[in-house]
Order: sequence, then C-alpha cells, then structure tokens
Amino acid sequence: MNIDSVRNGIVLDHIKAGACMEIYKYLKLDQLDCQVAIIKNAKSSKMGKKDIIKIDSPIDIDLDVLGYIDPDITVDIIKDGHLVEKKHLALPQKLVNVIHCKNPRCITTDEKQLDAIFLLSDPEKRTYRCAYCEAERKSHR
Amino acid sequence: MRHLIDITDLTVEEIDQLIATAEDIMENPAKYQDVAAHKQLATLFFEPSTRTRLSFESAMLGLGGSVLGFSSAASSSTAKGETVTDTVRTVSCYADIIAMRHPKEGAPFAASRRSQVPIINAGDGGHNHPTQTLTDLLTIHRERGSLNNFTIGFCGDLKFGRTVHSLVNALSRYTGIHFVFIAPEELKMPAYINEALRRKGLPYEETESLEDAMPRLDILYMTRVQKERFFNEADYIRLKDTYVLDPAKLQSAKADLCILHPLPRVNEIAVSVDDDPRARYFEQVRCGKFIRMALIMKLLDLKA
Repeated sequence: MNIDSVRNGIVLDHIKAGACMEIYKYLKLDQLDCQVAIIKNAKSSKMGKKDIIKIDSPIDIDLDVLGYIDPDITVDIIKDGHLVEKKHLALPQKLVNVIHCKNPRCITTDEKQLDAIFLLSDPEKRTYRCAYCEAERKSHR
Repeated sequence: MRHLIDITDLTVEEIDQLIATAEDIMENPAKYQDVAAHKQLATLFFEPSTRTRLSFESAMLGLGGSVLGFSSAASSSTAKGETVTDTVRTVSCYADIIAMRHPKEGAPFAASRRSQVPIINAGDGGHNHPTQTLTDLLTIHRERGSLNNFTIGFCGDLKFGRTVHSLVNALSRYTGIHFVFIAPEELKMPAYINEALRRKGLPYEETESLEDAMPRLDILYMTRVQKERFFNEADYIRLKDTYVLDPAKLQSAKADLCILHPLPRVNEIAVSVDDDPRARYFEQVRCGKFIRMALIMKLLDLKA
C-alpha cells in the first residue's frame, strides 16, 4: 500500500495498534484541511503491529494530550522531506480540559464552564486526580 | 495572596506557628482584640452549619473585625443559578476574606482560582475541612504537648468523613504516629488514603471492632455517620448505629485517653460519657475559635 511521504508535517509513530482513531478524535484532526493518512496495523519489528498517523502540515500538536493517551508514541517532525526532530513523550504533570471528572459530587459536574484539571498522582500506575475533588482517573494504557 | 483549600496548603512549620499564635490568643485575648479592625469576613455557607460558621464569625469579631454573609444556598443568588465563581467574585468586592462551605467537592478550589481575596475552605462536601483539622491539631497539641508519637483511632464513617481524611493527611507529616481505622466494611477508609500512608511507610491497621482497638489508643476520634452523604436512606439507617461509645466500652481505655469528635453528634457518643475527663470534644470546639483567629490573621497578614 503506497501513501505519499510527508514533505512538511508530522508523523505520529508507534501508536498502539487500534488506538489511532482515538488519537484522531482527541487531537481533533477531523478539523484539519490538509491531508491526513491513518495507517492501521502496520508491521513493526518492535511492536508486532502498530498504527501510524501522517499529517501533511506543520500543525501544533498538543503533546500533553498525546502523552496522556500513550507516552510511548513518537512524534516525528518532517521538514522538506527530512526528519528534523523526533520527540519522545512523557506523562504530563497536568491535563487541562482533556478528560472530565465523573464524580457526581464534584463541582465540575455541576458547573461545566470550569476548566477540567487533572494532576498526575502516581506515574507508575499512570493515575491522575481531579484538582477539585481528587477523584482518580487512570491513563489509557 | 494565600488561600486555605487543603490542609497541605500549609507547611508543618506554618501549622506550628498557627498553633503557637492560637495558644497565645487563648492566654492573652486582649492583645488581639483590635488586630482585624475595619476588616470584613464573608461567610458563604451554601450548606447548613452551626459550629463552623459561628466559630468563624466569633473569631473575626474577637479580632475586632466585622462579618457578613449567608447561611444557606436558598438565601443566595445560587438559587437563581449563579455559579460559585461568580458569587465569589462578587463577594470579593465587599469583603477582605471569605470562609466558604459548599456541598460540592472542589467548590472552594474553583472559587480560589477567581477570587480577589483569600478563600478559606470551611468544608466541601465529603472532601476536605482544613479548619476542622487545624482545630483538631491544636486540641491534640494542647492535650498531649506535641503532635508526634501517639496511637490514634478513627471510628465510624471513615469513607465520607472529610474531617478524618484531612486529619490523617495532616498527621501523616509528623513522626511516630500509628493509625487505627475502625469502621464497618461499607464505611472503610478510601483506598487512596491507605495507599498514601503505605507510600510514606506509615503504619496503619484496619478493624471493625472498637473494643479490640480501645486499650491501645492514646486518642480516639469519633465521627458521625452523616445522613447527607448517602444517596440511599436505607443504607444510612442500617449503618448509623454501628458504633456507639459508652462508659462500658471505655473501661478498657487508657487513663489519659483523649476522646475527640468534630460534632455534631447524633448518638455515637452517649451523653453519659460527657462527664468523663477523657471526653475533650467540647474543649475541641473552644479551640476551633482560636485557631481560626490565628488563621485569619495569617491570611490577612495581620500582627498583634
């Protein structure tokens, strides 16, 4: 299967197989005008199977969102057809308006205009806590 | 500008200073009677309270300041659908400091992000109640002379008891403290609190028997099973009488046990225990006023 190489843009590599559509949604890639290629179940020597997303435009990617979904994803920045930077992600310390609190007693469930803020509480278990009520949310993986 | 939303907003050294100030106010109230002159405290109570609201008001009046506010959501613009942050931004224009109680967890934190004046969390749902914790710490300090090296039992509703969560959190920063959590299965301490103690390497045990734990305790912190925290009334009725402290249960207790309770009680401490010298919960109420005086002074940067 042939997909044109990215000239100036971003490649999201090493996405866990099956997770690309979720990333597509979180990063709001449906709102872009440029070409976006979604490759599912590509062969990977490291992972067996992986997903890849190629974006043919140098957009700003929210690395915190990506790090929260999967810190093992790599972000390749392509300029004039060359890889100029490979970004490795980490679990972000703070998430703003990425996930929302499900605790019915939390103020954010009543007052939707408040920023939904989560703070990393346990990097090993990849857990976050709501900054308002401390209810726990686990990272995706 | 400082707020007090969670007890850990204060360092151990700051808590020690507050306790020292509160004890000095108790000894020399006249020295402090005008330090907050011309300052106003707003008490925004979106949920009913007797002790906490009155102790804040008494504290501010005792410092020579004045007080305004409301004591239920029905008598504020919340009833018209106003958000917490809008209410607080409005009140910031009238008062120098705000003490706020709200049934929703995190409401004071939301308020503090927009307020122009210091916010004190006076209780947010089942979450935190840091000024009760300061009250508890002052009482323990006065009873034992130190905040280190004792065994403390928490009994009753440990799941929804915000005073318990805040106090465990605060005490976990001191040394030599052994925690005993006494609760039925349904009202056990939340896992994240036990996990935090484990991570800090602090010893704790869980039991359902108050009688078994009693002889080891230096402090017994009783709590009420709170009707307002249950969605299901049948669960409340089933659990409300689980632990009742009476003179018979105290027979195996240490002679210098200190019995605390954040109050109000329903029936979990028999009235006949009140005359026992080990019952210190009304002294605890008294401490609440003085530690709040010290806190208001700190947040408004007032000096005697």
